[in-house]
Amino acid sequence: MDEFLQRALLGGFGVALATGPLGAFIVWRRMAYFGDTLAHSGLLGVVLGAVLHINPQLGVVATCLLVALALVLLQRQRRLATDTLLGILAHATLSLGLVALAFMETVRVDLVSYLFGDILAINAADLYWIWGGGGLALAALAWLWRPLLAITVHEELAQVEGVAVFPVRLAFMLLIAMVIAVAMKVVGILLITSLLIIPAAAARRFAHSPEGMAALAGLLGCAAVGLGLWASLRWDTPAGPSVVVAATALFALGSVVPGRARRY
Amino acid sequence: MSVEPLLTVENVNLAIRGAPILQEVNLRVSSGEIVALIGPNGAGKSTLVRIVLSLIRADSGRIWLKPGIRVGYMPQRLTVSDTLPLSVQRFITLGAPATRARVQAALEEVGAPHVLDSPVQAISGGEMQRVLLARALLREPDLLVLDEPIQGVDLNGQYELYDLISGLRQRRGCGILMVSHELHLVMATTDQVLCLNRHVCCSGHPDHVARDPAYLELFGLDGAQRLAIYHHHHNHRHNLHGAVVEPAERGAHG
Repeated sequence: MDEFLQRALLGGFGVALATGPLGAFIVWRRMAYFGDTLAHSGLLGVVLGAVLHINPQLGVVATCLLVALALVLLQRQRRLATDTLLGILAHATLSLGLVALAFMETVRVDLVSYLFGDILAINAADLYWIWGGGGLALAALAWLWRPLLAITVHEELAQVEGVAVFPVRLAFMLLIAMVIAVAMKVVGILLITSLLIIPAAAARRFAHSPEGMAALAGLLGCAAVGLGLWASLRWDTPAGPSVVVAATALFALGSVVPGRARRY
Repeated sequence: MSVEPLLTVENVNLAIRGAPILQEVNLRVSSGEIVALIGPNGAGKSTLVRIVLSLIRADSGRIWLKPGIRVGYMPQRLTVSDTLPLSVQRFITLGAPATRARVQAALEEVGAPHVLDSPVQAISGGEMQRVLLARALLREPDLLVLDEPIQGVDLNGQYELYDLISGLRQRRGCGILMVSHELHLVMATTDQVLCLNRHVCCSGHPDHVARDPAYLELFGLDGAQRLAIYHHHHNHRHNLHGAVVEPAERGAHG
């Protein structure tokens, strides 16, 4: 196997193993649009990284956190609903990123690779970021698992039972920001949400416990990466979108296959 | 029976965007005692419960909980999203870690021994209330706070649940604060009733409250009864918003 292909597979698997379990929580907590909004602000983070001469991934994490914070503050007013606020933030930050990029004549950025990912260009340093950042995010998720699950089921009941709700929610946002920074290289900021949502949604029908669904989502994500890469090489299609199409195909297949799935 | 107070609420006030929700509310729950909060919809019952549980803050007043107290809470309504695969056992142990045997014992205590491995979305409303109670009990609470524990339960089940709650108090000696819609349901099992309509209209032993003009005014069972008590000595009335109306404002039909 070609070396670039090995790196692409390794990077893709690393991302899928992190986005699967995290995506399960995003599905349970109905935060798909929130994740999408943070991802859209990723480009602004790349620009920020270039301006401050820091690693672009760190710039993305910082920007995602700022956007999450802005959302929390904006939610305090009650005139506009959350989905409206998310729509404003998502497209304002994406456009701001594109405009800022145009001003930066000295910085050359491959825009398409940031928007749609460039999994075949993953290098060794990217792999360290993916596996290091993804592993850290998974470890943190495991640590947060119980309180996060408790507030997902019922926030007030969890609070009475002693869960520190606000810190847990904040930590979860930080995890989403980290995983977005990690996944950007593979599928790009416009398609990251799909790697969070689709494998988790596909896993739902076959899972009987939260942990089972999270693990299965990770594995289905890996399968989508493998299938997508294979299809991309076979038919010379763009790799990131091919991975998303493969994930969607798995989801569709899982929805129609007759199974012993119980009604929940 | 011990009369050690577990919870006292003193002169609590809360207004939301200028509208008074609770005014000068006082409340006390001791161990081994069942206190019921009754009142019409929008009377502030659940709000008061949420203040007691520190889920929201009152504008003024004092909430005192016995130091080191363990509180078990049963929220008004809880539905788990279909997207989350969760068995009843897992649901219950989210509140406090417990062995399978202890969870099963708690479910038996609340009369729902057969649901342990059921998906939490597949059980009936009445079973869900019992499961919530089991989750609260596994925390070995000193104080149980139950927000409309019989919601979505059929009439037979309602009496059963109140019997169960009353039995818990005797077996475990915990104090119980519960919200209910109707006095007649809680009469047999309750030590003290607080009739709430933004302020405490009347309080005391259920028999006493049932005869209180303020209670009859609020809940008046039928028109005749309401008329009969009308010429007696109640000292205030409510307008549509539940605020107390001064005698001068009552209008001509007094």
